[in-house]
Amino acid sequence: MADVQVESVSRSFGAHKALDDVSIAFPDGGFYALLGPSGSGKTTLLRLIAGFDFPDSGRIIIGREGVERVPVEKRRIGMVFQNYALFPNMSVADNVAFGLSVRGESKASIAREVRQALDLVQLGKLGERRPHQLSGGQRQRVALARAIVTKPRVLLLDEPLSALDKALRVDMQVELKRIQREIGITTIFVTHDQEEALTMSDRIGILRDGRLVEEGPPEDIYNSPKSEFSATFLGDANILRGDATGDGIRLSDGTAIVASGGVANATGGKASCAVRPERIKIATATASPLAAEGNMLRGRVSKRIFAGNSSTYFVDRMGEVIKVHVQNSGATKIEEGNDVVLHWSPESTVLISAA
Amino acid sequence: MAGNIAAGPLSGIRPALPLLAPAYLWLTLAIFLPLSAMAFFSFMTDLPLSGKDWSFTIRNYAAFFSSGLYVTLLWSSLRLGLEVTLWCALIGFPAAYVLAKVLKGRSREAIFLLVILPFWSNGLVRIFSWAMVLREGGILDVVLNAILPFKISVDLMYSYPAVIIGLVHSYVPYMVLTCYLTLQAIDDSLIEAARSLGASRLQVLRRLIIPLAMPGLIAGAVLIFVPVVGSFMEPRILGGRTGTFYGTVIEDQFVAVFNWPLGAALSFILLAVVLVILAAASPVLRRAT
Ligand SMILES: Nc1ncnc2c1ncn2[C@@H]1O[C@H](COP(=O)(O)OP(=O)(O)O)[C@@H](O)[C@H]1O
Ligand SMILES: [Mg+2]
Repeated sequence: MADVQVESVSRSFGAHKALDDVSIAFPDGGFYALLGPSGSGKTTLLRLIAGFDFPDSGRIIIGREGVERVPVEKRRIGMVFQNYALFPNMSVADNVAFGLSVRGESKASIAREVRQALDLVQLGKLGERRPHQLSGGQRQRVALARAIVTKPRVLLLDEPLSALDKALRVDMQVELKRIQREIGITTIFVTHDQEEALTMSDRIGILRDGRLVEEGPPEDIYNSPKSEFSATFLGDANILRGDATGDGIRLSDGTAIVASGGVANATGGKASCAVRPERIKIATATASPLAAEGNMLRGRVSKRIFAGNSSTYFVDRMGEVIKVHVQNSGATKIEEGNDVVLHWSPESTVLISAA
Repeated sequence: MAGNIAAGPLSGIRPALPLLAPAYLWLTLAIFLPLSAMAFFSFMTDLPLSGKDWSFTIRNYAAFFSSGLYVTLLWSSLRLGLEVTLWCALIGFPAAYVLAKVLKGRSREAIFLLVILPFWSNGLVRIFSWAMVLREGGILDVVLNAILPFKISVDLMYSYPAVIIGLVHSYVPYMVLTCYLTLQAIDDSLIEAARSLGASRLQVLRRLIIPLAMPGLIAGAVLIFVPVVGSFMEPRILGGRTGTFYGTVIEDQFVAVFNWPLGAALSFILLAVVLVILAAASPVLRRAT
């Protein structure tokens, strides 16, 4: 196992900068999710770390070894592809054995290690099958077994679960996480699914247009995002914009919003605040006011979407829409068209200096 | 639904019959009828055309076995077929690989056209061009002597290598095309997966690409081997005196000696031998694909 350092890496395709001065430290044994919209450079970065492609500038270090010029077959990495890329001319066991046999290991030790790897992914009985005789989830497991059986220094996965249906995907998330813990391998996981990134990883790096926007543990990024982009991309967020007041912002109509999360800012400039929809409490304007929680806004419910265990209210306030998630606790619902009061605490408010 | 299934597979074919009819009519006219006529001839003592008497006989088939000449010629034709097929594979497969996996866009189209060009040129023109290149004092001779500091005389004309060169040039496009199709169907991520597992380029080729391209190699080999065994034009023009093969003997029966019945019988023997070879090889070939 080894940690991976990416230092000031850039990669252009023609005039297009797919990666622009990206630096990330991937901790040894950690599970790191690279998150970003389509075209943000996630695959490009993963291919540079794997060695399929080489950076125009910058350094890539695996363990202590600089590998920018080392081709993929010499890097000792394991890779799982989005389409699994199983060899159709080989049985499941031969697929898993491939990496060991090109290394010239003995037949006996190959057989033993293949059996262990297939047991680890719970496919012990399917070694003789051909890839086309497997379900999507089983193929995924074979691809994983094939990638880890060679004991690589790093495991790289490029949207490995995106071809699976929802239920299977959740199963595989749990399974992948279990296997990763069991063997303790440094893992870099590319996804555009924020939920997947949040539930699986120890650290998340958010990419946008080839730049690293923000990185850190999932809870930190979720609770105090440093930019509007990461606030809205990782989870749902309401963004309020106004003039900076030092400990919050003043909206255009003079209402003050107080924030205690996030960075303190100088007065005078523009700033914005992010509030998670589930942190806001909603009540009809005529109801007896709840204990004041610091920040309060008035508005009118323009739409309500019922989603089983929760409901989402879209509250219109002077042309802007504020989203509120309410857990379905059996309380009476608020009809569309009603005037409402929204309130939430300063601790739930994250100040973001203007982008 | 249940009624449909009970009606059986024929119910699926019947609506397609009007569409299939032209194809089958064409096959009947173009292949089955001439072939039957040839089969008929091969059992005749003489052609009925000139008004001569004729009767049925198996003498034409017996002729093949009575003289060692035909068997020897058939052997050398089979060897020729094997050699040309091998050369076509050795040249065609790498060319197809470069086309399918290395070149992209415009350059791929241009090179593809160059490879396919022999297909579109007239066979005779192609062969006589080779004659001009290979003969003593020909283009190859002149060019080599211009480049090399010492004097050599290149006279490949009327030799076995000349026949091989001409045939390989004529038939290599088949190999390029069939291999290109199977190579292109190989997902690049398979090759990348193999490399990420530590396989060198040679190992990727041997353990992944060649096995996956095997159907194309085999299809190309069959497409080349069968006509080359019966070929007569290249052996006659480029081989001269050394260019006597089974195919040229058959041609002689039809155009020179006017012994159509013997020519027909020799053709059917060739057909049978080729079919036997393919049938014998098919278990091996099937395992390889
Ligand atoms: N081989 C390539 N040639 C040209 N452009 C490329 C190549 N690979 C990626 N790009 C471009 O780089 C950008 C980032 O691509 P990619 O890393 O695949 O994004 P992601 O995986 O985040 O969706 C895209 O705009 C893409 O078009
Ligand atoms: Mg991608």
